[in-house]
Amino acid sequence: MVENRRFLNILAHLVLILGVAFVAFPVYIALIASTHGQNDFLSGVIPLLPGHDTIRNYSAMMTQGLASSGAPPLWLMLGNSLIMALSISIGKIAISIISAFAIVYFRFPGRMIAFWLIFVTLMLPVEVRILPTYKVVAELGMLNTYAGLTVPLIASATATFLFRQVFLTIPEELMEAARIDGAGPMKFFWDILLPLSRTNIAALFVILFIYGWNQYLWPLLVTTGTDHYTIVLGIKRMADIADQQPEWNFIMSTVVLAMVPPVLVVIFMQRLFVKGLIETEK
Amino acid sequence: MAAITLESVGKTYAGGVTAVHAIDLAIEDGEFLVLVGPSGCGKSTLLRMIAGLETISSGAVKIGNRVVNQVEPAERDIAMVFQNYALYPHMSVRENLAYGLKNRGVPKDEIARRVAEAAKILEIGGFLDRKPRALSGGQRQRVAMGRAIVREPAAFLFDEPLSNLDAKLRVQMRGEIKQLQARLGTTSIYVTHDQLEAMTLAHRLVVLNGGRIEQVGTPLEVYRKPASTFVAAFIGSPAMNLLQAEVSGGRVRLGGASLPAPGAAEGKVTLGLRPEDLQRTRPGAEGALLMNVAYVEELGAQRLVHGTVGGQSLVCAQPVESDLGDTLTLTADPAAVHLFDAASGKRLG
Ligand SMILES: Nc1ncnc2c1ncn2[C@@H]1O[C@H](COP(=O)(O)OP(=O)(O)O)[C@@H](O)[C@H]1O
Ligand SMILES: [Mg+2]
Repeated sequence: MVENRRFLNILAHLVLILGVAFVAFPVYIALIASTHGQNDFLSGVIPLLPGHDTIRNYSAMMTQGLASSGAPPLWLMLGNSLIMALSISIGKIAISIISAFAIVYFRFPGRMIAFWLIFVTLMLPVEVRILPTYKVVAELGMLNTYAGLTVPLIASATATFLFRQVFLTIPEELMEAARIDGAGPMKFFWDILLPLSRTNIAALFVILFIYGWNQYLWPLLVTTGTDHYTIVLGIKRMADIADQQPEWNFIMSTVVLAMVPPVLVVIFMQRLFVKGLIETEK
Repeated sequence: MAAITLESVGKTYAGGVTAVHAIDLAIEDGEFLVLVGPSGCGKSTLLRMIAGLETISSGAVKIGNRVVNQVEPAERDIAMVFQNYALYPHMSVRENLAYGLKNRGVPKDEIARRVAEAAKILEIGGFLDRKPRALSGGQRQRVAMGRAIVREPAAFLFDEPLSNLDAKLRVQMRGEIKQLQARLGTTSIYVTHDQLEAMTLAHRLVVLNGGRIEQVGTPLEVYRKPASTFVAAFIGSPAMNLLQAEVSGGRVRLGGASLPAPGAAEGKVTLGLRPEDLQRTRPGAEGALLMNVAYVEELGAQRLVHGTVGGQSLVCAQPVESDLGDTLTLTADPAAVHLFDAASGKRLG
């Protein structure tokens, strides 16, 4: 019995390690590739050990970009992506939490209609409504603007459901106690609902930040000038050139840099997230 | 501190359920009034109307001399203690106590003074900086009371505040609430379904049944002279025996037995006898109740004997030393005989 379990343990670990290796290997390749000079790829063999051109690659990408494939300097694209990801996550969270607040705590005419309208937006992600949305954005003159990049992605209150569920788990007596304590609706929202939802906000922020950061189709449509390129768009541009070798060292250093912000968000938010999981009690 | 007056206060919920029917009640300044009744009888609804958490469908609620029907809960000068305590989970105990005061713009040093005072009274000074989740049930209960005390309100409203505690702690907190109320002298309305809690705490208790007042009185009045079979069965533990009987010739008759009932009108009645009022008498005594013993419950201080008299079930309390046979010969004092109208259940005489 004991031996048997030990065998299972080893097997389980083996599977896990294989899984991790499977996921981590491409990341490792990217990291290594970003440290080599351009000529190291010509042989067709992907190097597995670090090269000597790390600083040159990264500094070139940060400051100049890859003019040959029409990619602006990375700091610009990273900035754009950051603006986009932050606007989408913050905007969506703000809209969702406020609409959930209205739906759960207020009795107003058309409450159920509002609820169902929000529900419908769940079924209409950008990809589904992309043509009409593009038309609207174009007519409003929002092509090549940050507003054009972000507003259509914000304007669906999908996270409303999440917050509605969160609010429904908060006992009604808490709201009543707050009323007796002289807290009006907005004070209740700021002083009690918001702090109690902070772990959910953190979790949602992680998801939405990555969702915003990874957007490709929409930025591709609404940006024509390089000023508003996002990093994902940039990578695609660089890898996609027609009549020459892709410059893998530069592309991979871009990829590595593009990974950093989402990873940081996950690491930073996870602490809050886990802490919240441990101590949440409503 | 203030008196609270209810003038034919009623509540009909949106669904059409009438939870409270036109209740008239005057609660004196400094009084400890307990609303007691079975679950669903409208106690919470009534209390929440006084608190302002529920709209009042009809009638008027007055706190002091002011009709408060349209006044926000925060402006009613009341404090409420909830069954689940409703402490703000993300605030420390100190912040929980201070929150209401902060919202009404009480100066900082005054808040600190009141919090310190409440902490001293309730002995919660040791964990003012803890979050509620780091407290035991009893400690949370104290914090909930503290939050009420710091407000220095005209009235405390309690909605089953002890129901979430274990039996031992409940008894202890019951005593503390009683002492606290006596010390502060604040008008208090306390809702419970536990008749023992009601009896031990109340200056006066109000027995509610189906949204109507069944009886109002001091615990002893209600215990000694229950106004109806409902009250008789609800107040007192073990519950009063209610038996179908008949009055004739100044005695209430039950099968072969009869008990004195001077002045009672002839006809069918419900006879009420408290288990503790039944005494054993010598076998063959005239008019005595003959009880067939079914089983005995030992309670330590006394034993409860369950059985039947003339086919109707009966419980009587006996001292532990007594040796019981298969039948008991029982009698009761005339003063311990309660008679109720057989049809309406209302008390006779
Ligand atoms: N919000 C509500 N809507 C409709 N009916 C309600 C509501 N709250 C309570 N009731 C009904 O009113 C009656 C009294 O409820 P409640 O005051 O909570 O009773 P208690 O506190 O005595 O147990 C019950 O029949 C209950 O079902
Ligand atoms: Mg209740």
